[in-house]
Amino acid sequence: MLEIIQVGKTFTKNQKDLEVLFNINLRVPEGEFISLLGPSGCGKSTLLNMVAGLDKPSSGTITISGKHVTGPGTDRVVVFQEAALFPWLTVLDNVCFGLKRLGLSKTETKQKASMTLKKVHLSKFLQAYPHELSGGMRQRVAIARALVMDPQILLMDEPFGALDEQTRLMLQKELEDIYLETKKTILFVTHNIREAVLLSDRIIVLGTRPGRIIKDLRVRAARPRQHNDSNLIYLENKIMDILQVEIEKVAKEELDDDYTLTKDSFPWDPDRDLGSGI
Amino acid sequence: MVFRLQIWPDLFFPSPITVAETLINGFQDGSFTLALAVSFRRLLIGFTLAVFGGTLLGILTASFTWADETIGSLILSLQSVPSIVWLPLALLWFKMGEAAIIFVVTIGGTWSMALSVASGIKNVPVILVRAARTMGASGLPLFTEVIIPASVPHLITGMRLAWAFSWRALMAGELIGTGKGLGQMLMWGRDFGNMSLVLAIMILIAVIGSVTDNLIFKRLEITVLRRWGQLPDSAS
Ligand SMILES: Nc1ncnc2c1ncn2[C@@H]1O[C@H](COP(=O)(O)OP(=O)(O)O)[C@@H](O)[C@H]1O
Ligand SMILES: [Mg+2]
Repeated sequence: MLEIIQVGKTFTKNQKDLEVLFNINLRVPEGEFISLLGPSGCGKSTLLNMVAGLDKPSSGTITISGKHVTGPGTDRVVVFQEAALFPWLTVLDNVCFGLKRLGLSKTETKQKASMTLKKVHLSKFLQAYPHELSGGMRQRVAIARALVMDPQILLMDEPFGALDEQTRLMLQKELEDIYLETKKTILFVTHNIREAVLLSDRIIVLGTRPGRIIKDLRVRAARPRQHNDSNLIYLENKIMDILQVEIEKVAKEELDDDYTLTKDSFPWDPDRDLGSGI
Repeated sequence: MVFRLQIWPDLFFPSPITVAETLINGFQDGSFTLALAVSFRRLLIGFTLAVFGGTLLGILTASFTWADETIGSLILSLQSVPSIVWLPLALLWFKMGEAAIIFVVTIGGTWSMALSVASGIKNVPVILVRAARTMGASGLPLFTEVIIPASVPHLITGMRLAWAFSWRALMAGELIGTGKGLGQMLMWGRDFGNMSLVLAIMILIAVIGSVTDNLIFKRLEITVLRRWGQLPDSAS
């Protein structure tokens, strides 16, 4: 169980305070696939980084199975948007990087790493270097590198955000397979409504300025998910309505005060992305 | 061209053929080879010391703000001092010509190495460090297994610069100092009015400088940059 209790985060930059997150409360039971969805800049990454232990909350606490999060730990591994692989290591050695710290023998480490890489269909690329791989393949390595640590929670920060549509669809499918097989708790950050709906058991919709939870939605649809599932399409529209208000708010602040958006002219791309922020 | 104009007597501007002959003779009688051996020994010792010393200084200044504010700014100002300026001081300290020249060579390479290492460490992508930390790396292993390898492109650039500066420092040092190096040979050529020897050695110096740079350091740099993802792959 992951518990986020009254967490707030304020960054201080050039002696100005920026309140990024305000009073976040969230309990995530084991085995849940939960998405944080919101416009870019609303603090999704910040929240995920705090769960990872890479950032500290300004207020409130985060616990995992009752234990306070005080720093990074191998029970919570992150998959970042830019695969963040070590370019000087082969694919296999990248996956061994964290594993070899866990005190396994060398052969055991290699074996486990190759098995996990097989799971993401990269058996042929064990000795390749990251620069020789496509973006999608790199992200597979990053997923394998996280999975191999057998973390309690898998943290994913827009892992497919930089991929082309084809690759993204494929990896979404594979991630669902992995989820169904391992039943890991997955905290998934995205600004893509369709992606959140397609993958999650539960979606936390975040508003902006300051970032706060505006909706906690359950996705009731059979797995493996189908793209044309009417439940999903219904939910997608519902979330769009919720977020329209938020986005209009941001647009009003950033643009002229009299800026309004009519629903028909709403600037969704076909994929219903909330802008291409990182 | 200049030669054909016949403005200067042969003494000042020998024909290319004479120079080529001098080059061939120099290698045949072993005098060039010997001078090269002497010079390269000094260069390698000085360069190695510069790389190690520079790396240590770079790590120090990149890791601690106090070191950056003191040693770091000192290095910046020292870098603009031509290293040959150190020779009189080195001769006083070491008495011996050989050590003094090696010292000048070391000084020549150290500062640029230190600056490159420091900027390499400071520019390690934050995301790599974060990824490593979530996989349980911290402290010294984080430093040796992530931060140092991540700064390798800067390290190579530092070595390339250090080599070039050390090489220049060596030649300057040998012109003034003692021994049997390439630079000293150049000075003998001058003393005996043997301009073809002077030119032959100048050509040798230029060739060695560019060959080592192109054959070793540039290649190394390209290989590393490509693997580190900072250069596009050549068509593959
Ligand atoms: N280290 C930081 N220092 C100052 N401001 C930051 C820092 N990290 C993030 N922010 C700010 O916090 C806000 C939320 O950022 P982020 O969590 O990355 O949003 P999201 O992931 O939802 O796009 C942004 O306005 C960003 O500029
Ligand atoms: Mg983000």
